Amino acid sequence: MILETLENVLASNGLITAFMFVGALVWLSYLISAKLTRGQVHGSAIAIALGLVLAWWGGFTTGGSRGLSDIPLLAGVGVLGGSMFRDFAIVATAFGADVRALKGAGAVGALSIVIGVLLSFVIGAVVAVSFGYTDPVAVTTIGAGAATYIVGPVTGTALGASSEVIALSVAAGLTKSVLVMIGTPFVAPHIGLNNAHSALIYGGLMGTTSGVAGGLAATDPKLVPYGAMTATFYTGAGCLLAPSILYFVVELFL
Amino acid sequence: MVIYGVALLSFCMLVGVFLGDMLGEVMGVQANVGGVGIAMLLLLVLSNLGSAERKLSPFTEKGIGFWSAMYIPIVVAMAARQNVFSALSGGWMAIVAGVAAVSASFAMIPLLAHLGRGGQDDS
Repeated sequence: MILETLENVLASNGLITAFMFVGALVWLSYLISAKLTRGQVHGSAIAIALGLVLAWWGGFTTGGSRGLSDIPLLAGVGVLGGSMFRDFAIVATAFGADVRALKGAGAVGALSIVIGVLLSFVIGAVVAVSFGYTDPVAVTTIGAGAATYIVGPVTGTALGASSEVIALSVAAGLTKSVLVMIGTPFVAPHIGLNNAHSALIYGGLMGTTSGVAGGLAATDPKLVPYGAMTATFYTGAGCLLAPSILYFVVELFL
Repeated sequence: MVIYGVALLSFCMLVGVFLGDMLGEVMGVQANVGGVGIAMLLLLVLSNLGSAERKLSPFTEKGIGFWSAMYIPIVVAMAARQNVFSALSGGWMAIVAGVAAVSASFAMIPLLAHLGRGGQDDS
């Protein structure tokens, strides 16, 4: 009876349960950071990595597509971590940001977005070809998926790709986003990702909003507004380029 | 009051997402184009409006600051709701494509950062 009531309370107050759960997870992560890594690995990086592991576990046990939040008791995590709150918090980080650095985003930001889309697309397409795909629609869709997991299905749907190919493109985009979240704090010192200028470029090159949001949170939250500023245009640019010009170019080659 | 800050933030986000959707519509793209970016610029402009005496009150600032401070926990929740299982079970091709795209993009950052450096120095 006690357990049943408890379950009811937790499930019917989903968002509040999520606050408590995430708070505990963050606390544990900072403890691990301080005790086990002596502060070498940042607490937020550990928290994000633990979140991803739990997300894997959630998908594994429930078969759903929303990670840990498919477990009924933790459905609130899905709300807290959904795009609504994510974007709200990203916008809030802009408060107090350096206006001059953001305004300077213009040219170099636009350039990094275009290069970012092209780079990921070409690499995704080449990998698709090397795995034996020769159909231009499939190659374009997988290339688009390597840009972000939104560009992939949008492109695939526009070109009439099979659902199997679209699923592959989403998987490629998800891999990218997860890897950006985990990898950024480790790569950051080696690529000079420690100032507003390089964060702008990072956002434009990576493009995945979740990846950039997670990667910068784990590296230096002060850089978030700059990376998010350029990343927010990336998916739009990808959806514009992939099913049109890029598809045309792929057709020429295959 | 705290709610003024939260409301200002909400206003900026809604306007930004609206304009981003419209931009996507105009470009014929099924995606939001730059909504969050527009919202961030709007917040910066609106919070810097007016003279020094008309600055946001500390309480109003708290309404925005709270959500800014909630950024990391929200991102942790975001990580916990990713479809990691499907990313890892998408087969080798998806993993190779994702890994290769990320590695190349990381490698590109110093190059572009160097190129765009120009005269300004903000290191």
